[in-house]
Amino acid sequence: MPVVQVEGVRKSFGAVEVLKGIDLTVERGEVIAIIGRSGSGKSTLLRCINGLEGIQAGRIEVSGHKLDASGRGLRELRKDVGIVFQSYNLFPHLRVGENIMLAPRVVLGVGRAEARQRAEEALAEVGLGERFDAWPDNLSGGQQQRVAIARSLAMKPKVMLFDEVTSALDPELTGEVLATMERLAEHGMTMLLVTHEMGFARRVATQTIFMHQGKVWEVGPSEQLFGAPQTPELRQFLGTGLK
Amino acid sequence: MIRTFSESEFLFIVASARWTLLLTLLSLLLGGLLGFIVALARTSQLAPLRMLAAGWIGMIQGIPVLMLLFLSYYGLSMGGIDMPPIVAASVSMALYASAYLGEIWRGSIQSVAWQQWEASAALAMSRAQQYRYVVLPQAVRIAVAPTVGFIVQLVKNTSIVSIIGVVELARAGNLVNNATFAPFKVFGTVAATYFIICWPISLLARRLEGRLNARRSG
Ligand SMILES: Nc1ncnc2c1ncn2[C@@H]1O[C@H](COP(=O)(O)OP(=O)(O)O)[C@@H](O)[C@H]1O
Ligand SMILES: [Mg+2]
Repeated sequence: MPVVQVEGVRKSFGAVEVLKGIDLTVERGEVIAIIGRSGSGKSTLLRCINGLEGIQAGRIEVSGHKLDASGRGLRELRKDVGIVFQSYNLFPHLRVGENIMLAPRVVLGVGRAEARQRAEEALAEVGLGERFDAWPDNLSGGQQQRVAIARSLAMKPKVMLFDEVTSALDPELTGEVLATMERLAEHGMTMLLVTHEMGFARRVATQTIFMHQGKVWEVGPSEQLFGAPQTPELRQFLGTGLK
Repeated sequence: MIRTFSESEFLFIVASARWTLLLTLLSLLLGGLLGFIVALARTSQLAPLRMLAAGWIGMIQGIPVLMLLFLSYYGLSMGGIDMPPIVAASVSMALYASAYLGEIWRGSIQSVAWQQWEASAALAMSRAQQYRYVVLPQAVRIAVAPTVGFIVQLVKNTSIVSIIGVVELARAGNLVNNATFAPFKVFGTVAATYFIICWPISLLARRLEGRLNARRSG
């Protein structure tokens, strides 16, 4: 059974339809990249998958949790879906370790010792094992973003969503975050990631989706999609997007 | 007969500060509790609750404290409830405080970045958990300064209850002045006593704020 199944999803903001019937399947262990112009609906799609936005039509199912227009079962679904945004959104009043332990403790109800162990493991996974007691404000952007990733990982999600997580970072900090994501992929994490890093998508993603005007315009194995784009829209996007 | 302003007059004034303090404390406890509920309602996801709270704030802020005082005093006694003026005074000051504190705390809650709501929602927290663990701890930091500012105002505004016969600090000063005609000594003493109450509150707030801010980058 696929981890994420999206069928015929439509989403409007007021009169403007932003997602116009999206179909998408993510199998366990798959890494899927989503590329496309700004405004094509990539962020909205990710936000719909963990219920931060409601949908008007269609069906979303994540590891057995169904999400429909009613919005029931939202919290159960979110326990299995991690999401990381462009802005790191760490909790500034909590130290790094506490940031990570909070949701496992209060949402999943795990004990203090286990929560601490989860946090230490997650921090090690993102290469920040030493920063457990640091304050978020004292970390670089790249480090904060890796803590945000660790905070999601500590919930032991079935799938991780990444929305342009390196877009706010300087080039030298981008690398460390991409390396973290690549390691996650190697460790078998199922991932759906929106990115402008074409090289990264081509190398790490098993499949790439090109979104255009609220639709899945073109989809295929990354090598094929980047190597031999079929539609003029994708060719044009890659022509201007690559350089 | 004119009395001189001696030690006993001085002590009478200073001792009457206990009513000022009690009144401040009661209206703060009661008004704080009510104000907290108002702030939560004002930031609720349920539109009727938001409107109710907004209506409450608008209504109380649109009525002079003096009228609140008369309404509590005469209203309660006409309802057959016989009570010492200090109770009516506390009730009216509490109502007054609930609207202002509610508004201050609403602002503090809303100035926490919306991304904090989103990040905590994405971690599957319930609305109550978001308040408890993520939003309120950050809102408190923002709320300290304006809240203390209001408390100092509240201490000074308690003088209004002298109208219904509570002999608090201001009223005590008036009484002593009528008997002694030593306004500089009398009201100097009254002013100094208000100052001695308010000054430590401001100091405490500054220390508290410093501590809260140190904690996030220490
Ligand atoms: N909360 C919102 N309210 C109204 N319009 C929105 C909202 N979020 C996104 N949109 C619109 O939806 C479209 C798709 O946005 P988005 O999903 O952010 O695109 P992308 O991530 O591909 O840049 C854009 O036209 C954007 O202006
Ligand atoms: Mg986007």
